[in-house]
Parts: sequence; C-alpha cells; structure tokens
Amino acid sequence: MASEDMTKARVSTASHIGIIAKYNFLNYFRARRFYVMLVIVALVSALFTSLVAYYRPPGLTDSDPITFYAGGWGRFISLLVVLSTAFFGGDAISSEFQNRTGYFLVPNPIRRSAIYVGKWLAAVAASAIIIGLFALVMLLNGLYYYPGSVPSEFVQSFAFSLTYLVAALSLAFLFSSLFKSSAISILMNVILLLIVFGIVDAIVPSFAGVEPWFSITYGAGIVSSVLSIPYPEHVQIIPAGRDFNLTIYNATIPEGLAILAVYFVVCAAVGLWLFEKKEFTS
Amino acid sequence: MAPSLEAVKVTKKYGSFTAVNDLNLKIQGTKCVGFLGPNGAGKTTTMKMFTGLIAATNGNALINGVDVSKDKKAALASCASLIETPEIYGSLTPKEALTMLCEIRGVPSGERNKRIDEALAQVKMQEWEDKKVSSFSKGMKQRVNVASTLLSDPNVIILDEPSTGLDPRGMSEVREIVRSLGNRLVFMSSHLLAEVTEVCQEVALIDHGKLLVYDTIDNVTARFAGGGGVVIIGFAKPVDLQTGTLISKIEGVTSFSRTNDRHVTVKFDPTVVPQDQLFEKIAGLKAGARTFESAAGLEDAYLSLVKETL
Repeated sequence: MASEDMTKARVSTASHIGIIAKYNFLNYFRARRFYVMLVIVALVSALFTSLVAYYRPPGLTDSDPITFYAGGWGRFISLLVVLSTAFFGGDAISSEFQNRTGYFLVPNPIRRSAIYVGKWLAAVAASAIIIGLFALVMLLNGLYYYPGSVPSEFVQSFAFSLTYLVAALSLAFLFSSLFKSSAISILMNVILLLIVFGIVDAIVPSFAGVEPWFSITYGAGIVSSVLSIPYPEHVQIIPAGRDFNLTIYNATIPEGLAILAVYFVVCAAVGLWLFEKKEFTS
Repeated sequence: MAPSLEAVKVTKKYGSFTAVNDLNLKIQGTKCVGFLGPNGAGKTTTMKMFTGLIAATNGNALINGVDVSKDKKAALASCASLIETPEIYGSLTPKEALTMLCEIRGVPSGERNKRIDEALAQVKMQEWEDKKVSSFSKGMKQRVNVASTLLSDPNVIILDEPSTGLDPRGMSEVREIVRSLGNRLVFMSSHLLAEVTEVCQEVALIDHGKLLVYDTIDNVTARFAGGGGVVIIGFAKPVDLQTGTLISKIEGVTSFSRTNDRHVTVKFDPTVVPQDQLFEKIAGLKAGARTFESAAGLEDAYLSLVKETL
C-alpha cells in the first residue's frame, strides 16, 4: 500500500466513544442474547395481556390507571432491568479479556476510557430498547382499559426505570472490569441485584433498624413506589409479633435518585480505573 | 523521521517473576527485525508493552519517540500490531470490523473502502468480506487480523507470530505480505527461523527477559553459528550422485547431505566462500537448482545462544 496518498485525521475521544458505541450496539443487536431478551419481553407481555383480558382482575381494569400500571409495569420492570443489565453489561468488559476481542481493539490509538464508555453507551441503548418495548406494550394495554389517560406517575416510573438501568449498568460494568471470566461477572451481577441486595433491603431495616441507603435496589424502589397511591411512607413499622415490629423503609424520590446517581458515579469511576489498570495477560 | 521502536530499561514483573529484565533495545529505520527467543523468554510481554496491552513495571517503551505509557493514543497513531491471535466481535463481518478500525484510526471516509478492499485482497479474504466472523476458522480470522495491520498506513508494524494458525499457503502469503512492507519498520516475533531468515534483515534475541543480541542476521550468524553457514537448496528434478559430488567439491563446502529427493543441505565456511558466491557456483553447475534457503545458520546461532527451552 502506498503511504504517500494517505492522510489520517486526528480522531477525538468523543468520536472514539461514538465509534465503539455504534459497533458494539451492532454487535448486541445481532447477538442471540438480544433476541432472548425480546422473547422474554414478548412472553411477559403476552402473558400479562392475555390474563388481564380474560380474567379482568377487579381493581386492575376497573379502578384507576395508576393501579393498572402498578400491577403490570411496576411488577416486572425491575426484573427486566436486572436481566438487561446482566445480558448487556454483565460481561461487556470481561469478555474483552476472555474472548480476546480486546487484543483487536486495545492496541490502537484509542483510550481505554473511550472503549469503556462506548461499550457502556451501547449496553444502555440495547437495554433501553428492551425496556422501551415493554413500556410500549404496557402503555397500549393501559390505553385500552383507560382510553385517553396516561398517568404522569407512569411516565415518572419509566424515567426512574431508565435511571435505575443507567446505575445498574454502571455497577455491572464495574463487576465486569473486576473479573476476566464472563460467566463469573454475569453471575455476580445477577446474584447481587436479584438476591443479595434484596436480602439486605429486607433484613437490615428489620433487624438493625437502619435504612439501607447503601443499596441500589433500595434506591430503585422509587420505580414502583411512584405508582403507589399515596406514595409509601418513608418509614413503616408493622407489628410482627408480641414484642417484634418489622421496620420497612421506602426511599423518597430525591433519596432514590441520589442513591442511583451515587452508584452510577462511583461504579463508573472505579470500573473505569480498573479497566485502565487491567492487563491483557494470557 | 525514520520510524523507531525503543525499549529503555524496560522491566516487567509478575509478582516475584521477572518476565522482562532491564531491556534496552533501539530499532530505527525501515526494515524487518525478527524477535526471537524460547517460550517464556519475554517476546510477547515486550510486544504487549509496546502496544499498551500491559504496562511496564519500570522503564519506557517508545514508538516513534513517544512513550506508550504516557500517551498511548499518540504512540500508536502510526503503529499497527497483531499480538497473539486476537478475536473479532463474532457478529461483525470483516468489512465492518475493518471499517471500525479505519474509523478509530482516522482513515478518511473516502479512502476506507479502497483500503479495506486492498487489505482483504492481500490476505485473500475478499469473498468473505460480508460473512460474519463467527463462522470463520482460526486461520481465516488470523488473515483478517493481518489485514487489520495494513489499513491505516502505519510506519511501525508489530507482529507477534503472525503465521500462527495458518496453513502452509497462508504462512507463505503472510511472509509475502511482510516482505512487501518494505517502507516500514516491522518488528516480528516468530519461532520459525526460516521465516525470519526469509523476511527479516535483523534479529533481536531475548532469553529469560534479557536481550542477548541485536544485529543483522549475517552478523549474528557469522558470530554465533560456529563459523559455518548452512543452506538448503531445492532442485527442479531429483538430485543425482554426480550433482552431489560436484557440490561437495566446491571450495569452502564442508559437508553435503540429501534432505530428500529434490533438496540438499550444504554446510560451508563463509570465510572461504561467501553465501552469494556459493549460490552462483551451485547455479553454475546447471543441475536444476531452483531455490536457496539460508536458515540453519541462524538456527545454529540461536542454539548456541539459547541453551534451554524454558
């Protein structure tokens, strides 16, 4: 190849982020896991739509739209966020090491941070499509039973779910940077978000009387809480025996948003630092 | 400015194990330098430090005078590499993967398709350009990887065993490609000494993380190959006894043996008969000599310098 006729443009880090995001999104879009997520959304949507249409559960289709969205959207969205996070973020970075794709990308004039952020944006985009599709199905169902009425609480809940997604993907990328094995990083992500944080949210307030402000799933509680009328009390004490009371904390909206924001910032910073330092050793 | 690669007191440690030990190596100019050493000698580790895949514990790895650890983006702007056997996102096609690299490297959009077509043609992968990489064999992927180093007109190319996973024809084609990169600095590791002899002008030999020698192949062979040269000569027809006798009688030839029907191995004393004169004399016999391969000289040098395999 002749070298004389070639001029190379200086590519900014912002452009690099866009390039990585574009090709990783393409990679996600064609990957089997994207279609698995679509099937999951289709199954949940079909099940919900058909069961509600057939049984018309009292209170769900004949009271107010907020209750309807709480029963459908509010019940499944957290699970979808966790699955999307695991599928699109769980091994986003670890696979660069395990599958050796990093050997193709990293030895180029591109900052590792651009690769990290670009991949994160692609994961957010792919997950947002999944969540957006589920929101659309729920919205169409809602409009069928409550024509012309889209409660602002549903719109808020949708916005909060995207905020949760952004924070959860930041956490997933942190774990993905920590491990070189895709399976372990995906598993850690699912176990943490589905089990560990859930247990912490339940046990810490009840037995220690401490608000679990350090838990991402506690902060994400605002996604479903905003669909409750009225919004749940910040602290609820429920008698659970003669001398024992269960303490339940519900994050307020500002508190929930703050927790998710802190998770996003801290996990992004630590994950990025880990990826910058991590070595491609066989 | 001539392209350059420089390791300045580069050390890489993994815990108590020192993979590369105080390596000083400066390569400058347009040439091909073979990077040799036994398994675990530190070849790939060194190359990884030059390409930002790992960081040096101490010292500096510089490409065209720019320290990779300080400004990787600038250092790698004119450097392409193939380290170990990279994988490409399986759902992308070679064309998409190479377009991504073109975009990352700032190849003007009007040039991209031409560059990609040329690079894929060089590695004989044009008809696969729109097929997903996930369906490719290891050798096909490696061809795309080789193509990726040709895209952006780098003046430094780092190749870590580029013919790994390729069939004999693929290996030969890679050698041809490396040979065609004449106006660049190519730094290539390989265990195939014949390959290095064929495409490189200089060699750097490393063992236990330390540089043993860096010089031209001729000098290394002369200094360390026990004073003797070895060539393998290929003939168009089976070699008969008379031809063998005539070769043995050439002044400076110390031994002669048949490798197979059409190949003979000739050991000679280069101080009596330099290699090029030996080739002329054998060609002058008009016995159908077609190919001359000088490999074992480097092998002898290698064996005299590297005493253990690990």
